[in-house]
Amino acid sequence: MKTVFAGAENIISSLGFNTDENIRNILNGNTGIAIDSNGIYSPLPLPLSKVDYSQLESLFKDVIPTNEQRQFTRLEKMFILSITDALKQSKLNISSADTLIIITTTKGNIDLLDPVLQESFGKQRVYLHEMAKVVTAYFNNPNPAMIVSNACISGILGIVYGERLIRSGKFRNVLVSGGDLMSEFIVSGFQSFQSLSEKACRPFDKSRDGLTIGEGCGTIIMSSDPALFIETPIKVMGGAGSNDANHISGPSRTGEGLFLAIEQAMKLSGIVPDMIDTISAHGTATDYNDEMEARAFSRAGLENIPVNSYKGYIGHTLGAAGVIETAISLQSMRKNTLFRSAGYEQHGVSKNINVIRKNKEKEITTCLKTGSGFGGSNAAVVFQKI
Amino acid sequence: MSLVIKKYCSIVTDRINVDGRTVFTPDNQDGFKKFARAAYRHFQTDYPKFFKMDSLSKLGFLSVEVLLKGENVLSKHSIEKTGLILTNASSSLEIDEKHWDTIRDRGQYFPSPSNFVYTLPNIMAGEAAIRHEFRGENTVLISKAFNAELIFNTADLAFKTGALECCICGWVEQYGNKYESLLFLVERSEHENEEGKSEEDVIFEPSILLKIYKRERAWKN
Amino acid sequence: MEELIQKLKVEIIEVLNLEEMEPEDIDSDDPLFGEGLGLDSIDALELIVLLEKNYGIRIEDPKDGRKIFFSVRTMAEYITENQK
Repeated sequence: MKTVFAGAENIISSLGFNTDENIRNILNGNTGIAIDSNGIYSPLPLPLSKVDYSQLESLFKDVIPTNEQRQFTRLEKMFILSITDALKQSKLNISSADTLIIITTTKGNIDLLDPVLQESFGKQRVYLHEMAKVVTAYFNNPNPAMIVSNACISGILGIVYGERLIRSGKFRNVLVSGGDLMSEFIVSGFQSFQSLSEKACRPFDKSRDGLTIGEGCGTIIMSSDPALFIETPIKVMGGAGSNDANHISGPSRTGEGLFLAIEQAMKLSGIVPDMIDTISAHGTATDYNDEMEARAFSRAGLENIPVNSYKGYIGHTLGAAGVIETAISLQSMRKNTLFRSAGYEQHGVSKNINVIRKNKEKEITTCLKTGSGFGGSNAAVVFQKI
Repeated sequence: MSLVIKKYCSIVTDRINVDGRTVFTPDNQDGFKKFARAAYRHFQTDYPKFFKMDSLSKLGFLSVEVLLKGENVLSKHSIEKTGLILTNASSSLEIDEKHWDTIRDRGQYFPSPSNFVYTLPNIMAGEAAIRHEFRGENTVLISKAFNAELIFNTADLAFKTGALECCICGWVEQYGNKYESLLFLVERSEHENEEGKSEEDVIFEPSILLKIYKRERAWKN
Repeated sequence: MEELIQKLKVEIIEVLNLEEMEPEDIDSDDPLFGEGLGLDSIDALELIVLLEKNYGIRIEDPKDGRKIFFSVRTMAEYITENQK
């Protein structure tokens, strides 16, 4: 069995277009969530976490030659920019047959349901496999991308599958890129669920009243070859998924499903709770989700471990969340710094979990990343320094 | 360790087969909605939530339901190690378009939560997990066409890592009245001899998955 | 009132896809949630949409739904009181 290394992480979010910009903003306590009142995504003003589109366009012009005839959708541009930046931080040959691209997304080019946009790109592009093909073709990768579309745990599952494919020797390298777009489609749906907050979301806080939608893209490169990475990589130890088998939208009241995923991930990684230095939780800031997570962490013996949610900074980036938030966690490990859980002031869950109140230096060797989503799905994965 | 196909079930435009034998064809061909209702009744399913599902989840639900009829999976495997790996091409496009229709006109802006919840393809896995109480890993992967390698690799690795002991995996594709599914119930072989194989077993491997898929679908052409 | 109750029953069966039910199967005073029709949290949200779409009534706080949607009769009473 091979060891799996990860690194070369990129983050595109409301806080910037690379990892450095994002982490600088997090360390300075800046949130990318702002009230959006342009009416495109919602009839009423609403806090959202949006990528700066004019900067996206100008950065994309630097990547794509001006004589380029192909047209790319907004999300495809994010994928291409994110992957391009990750590649700069490694010696990965993206066009080689022993490299697999994994795309994780919930809705892909969902903006193309709009007939106006459909006219420019064609209806086919709304299919996730068509979008993935555009991305793999751009990078001349010969393998069909593996596409994970499993609600809000898509990103974590992408990392877990990448880890298994490398460990078993099926692929030498896997590049995981997760992306989802801000859209009226998503915003209206969560509105109908009455689960959006009127202010920036506040995970685990007593006054939390819902989530904030975000958008973005994250990329992580994984390989059995540690020499591939310019900066020292971090090991992916193992991970697993589970299902609540309880309700298609409401989180389990007991946290049973997430608990099972965490237990399984720890077992496959060969670690015990005391070895975990920090947890990057899902923390959507809905009443039920955060309570469910607190119960699962408590049951798994993780009450004292410093835990945070990054959604107070960048909102809920859906199918990208697992990859983007893992990228932030890898940075937290590299910098040996616990990042404050933005929006958390007064403890608001029934279990005494240790939510991070301010940035703090700490030797971080092992990190647990968890996620949960619609369909009752949960996933967890463990990272450890070499 | 060798993995075997314990049983398989296909639904190829209004014909349901189990292990290659037809177990249901409706009297009339009237599109997916009527087919789904007729099949639900035929198998005497008692699960009113079925009617709340979108078409994709209905197809996934029926496929799992017929596949597991008479199988007592849970008595043999722990529910924590029983999972689902489903693949398709259209994701949840049909219900996506339905949701879009409820918001495209701001004067008639009534997004429906019971539509929206199904705009994720993995809800069909969630519905089947709820029905059969599977707590194991479940996932939905998208591929342009039935991809035997993808299904095999993902399931095989879930067994090899120890994440699953029993897996329902395959293809559940639906958009409008174009629909087909093929699901495999996969377990470790019970008849393993020293060579690790037995004549009684249908070995779980990509070439066999593809062969079954082609055969199940041949009658349509 | 009785006319509105009848209309609501038909609408509820339609929007909640209560496939095997007829309006006369729903008792106007029986609880809609829990033991009654076995509706769940998504159904409750869908009923909020129904009130807005068909009757122009907005429920700002979903927690109010518990009282309003107790039974078909309480729904009808709420509509009568709040319709402009």
